[in-house]
Amino acid sequence: MSEKQKEAEAEQEDAPRPYTLIAELTYRCPLSCAYCSNPLELGRHDAELATGDWARVFREAAALGVLQVNLTGGEPLVRGDLEALVAAARASDLYTNLITSGIPADAERLARLVAAGLDSLQLSVQDSDPHGAAWIAGRNDMDAKLATAAATRALGLPLTLNVVLHRGNIARVEDFVALAERLGAARLELANTQYLGWALANREALLPSRAAVEEARRAAAEARARLRGKMEVLFVRPDYHADRPRACMDGWARRYLVVTPDGVALPCHQAGEIAALASSWDNVRDRSLGDIWNEGAGFRAFRGEAWMPAPCRTCDERTTDFGGCRCQAFALLGDAAATDPACALAPRHDLVVAARARAEAAPPAAPLRLRRLRALS
Amino acid sequence: MIDRTTRLSLARQVRLKLDPRSGKQVLLYPEKGLALNDTAARVAALCGEPRTVGEIVARLVAAADGAVPAARIEQEVLAFLRALEDRGLLVVHAP
Repeated sequence: MSEKQKEAEAEQEDAPRPYTLIAELTYRCPLSCAYCSNPLELGRHDAELATGDWARVFREAAALGVLQVNLTGGEPLVRGDLEALVAAARASDLYTNLITSGIPADAERLARLVAAGLDSLQLSVQDSDPHGAAWIAGRNDMDAKLATAAATRALGLPLTLNVVLHRGNIARVEDFVALAERLGAARLELANTQYLGWALANREALLPSRAAVEEARRAAAEARARLRGKMEVLFVRPDYHADRPRACMDGWARRYLVVTPDGVALPCHQAGEIAALASSWDNVRDRSLGDIWNEGAGFRAFRGEAWMPAPCRTCDERTTDFGGCRCQAFALLGDAAATDPACALAPRHDLVVAARARAEAAPPAAPLRLRRLRALS
Repeated sequence: MIDRTTRLSLARQVRLKLDPRSGKQVLLYPEKGLALNDTAARVAALCGEPRTVGEIVARLVAAADGAVPAARIEQEVLAFLRALEDRGLLVVHAP
C-alpha cells in the first residue's frame, strides 16, 4: 500500500461515523435513580416514537454505518412493542443490546425477545445491599434482577452487569465482582457516576473521596487480572478525580448517535440540555438520520477541533480526549465551548477541585433528590 | 493458553459481518466491535464451527500457496486467536 493510500485510509478511519445508536425508547422507568442520565425536565417531551418510526430510524442508522444499537430508556421493557423493535433492529442487521433494569423479571418475554433476535443483555444493578439500592433508586429489586440474569443465561445470551458507582456503593466493588461471577456475566462495567443532569443535582451526596475511588480501582484491577478470558472487567474513573477530561462519547458527533423517546437526534444523552443549542436539534420525524448526522447544526457545533479554545486547541491530548465533555462545560460554566473543568489545565478547574475537597469531608449532609417523572401522564 | 492442538470456535455472542462502509469484516460482540484484517477475517470465518488451530493454520498456508512463510502465518493466527481468547470471544472444545 502506498503512503498516500495509507494516509487516505487513516483519514477515513478518523472521519465522523456513528458505530453505535443509543435508542432511548422511553423515559418511563420503575426506578428513580438519583444519577439518572435522562433530562431533569422530562415533562416537556412529546409522545414516544411509534414502532414504525423506530424501524425507519434503525434502517437509516444502518445505512449511515451504525453496527450496534443499544435499546435503552428509561426502562425499555415498559414498551409493549419491544419484541417488534428488536426484530426491526435485527432486520437492519444491527447487533442488538438491551439495556435494562431487569424489572419486571419475565423469562417468557425474554425468550420472545431472544427469538426476535436479541444479541445481548445489559442488566443494571444499583447495589448489592438492599438498603443501598433503596437509597439510590427508591426501591430494591434484587430478586427481579437475579431472576432476569438467570433467565438471560438460561437462554444462552451474553450478560453484562452494569453498576454505577458513587459514594454509597463504591466500597462494595468486590461484592459486585462476586455477584457478576455468580451470575455468569461475560462483562462487568463498574462505571463511576458522570456528574451531569440528576447526578450533578446530587453531586454532594454522590461524589466519593479519592481514597475510595483508588481502592475501588485496585479491586477492579485485581478482578480483571484474575478473570482474564472469563469475564471482562471495566472500570471507569470519575473525571472529577482524574485531572484529565474523559474522551466523552469518543468525541462530539464522531462515533455515537442518540435518539430520544420523542425522536430528537443528539450526539449524546445530555446535549439537549445545552441552552445555546436549544434550537439546533432535529427530530427524526422531520429529517432523515443521515441528514441530521451530516448537516444538523447541533452535530456540527463541536465536531472536530475548530471550536476549541485555549488551552485545548494546541494541547497534545486533544486527539485523545477530544476536548472533554461539552455538556459538563455547559453544566458547570454555562458555556459549552469552554474547556472542560475536569481538566487540570482548564481555567476553571477550581470548580472541580472545590467539589473534590468537599467530597473528602465525610459524611455529607446533602439529601438525595430522586429522579421523578413529572407531567408525563 | 491456545496452541496448535486447541479445538475452538467463536463464542455464541460473536457475530461476523461485512461492514458495508469499509468493505472489511468486523467482529461484533456486546457493545463493541473489532475491524479485522484479511488474515483475521479468514480465521474468524473458519471459527464458525469447531476446528483445531493446526487445521486453521493449514488452510491458510494452503491458500497462501507459498507467498507467505508458514511460520509467519501460524504466528499471526495464534496472536489473533489469543486476542479473542483474552476478550472471552472463543469457546474451547474437547479435542
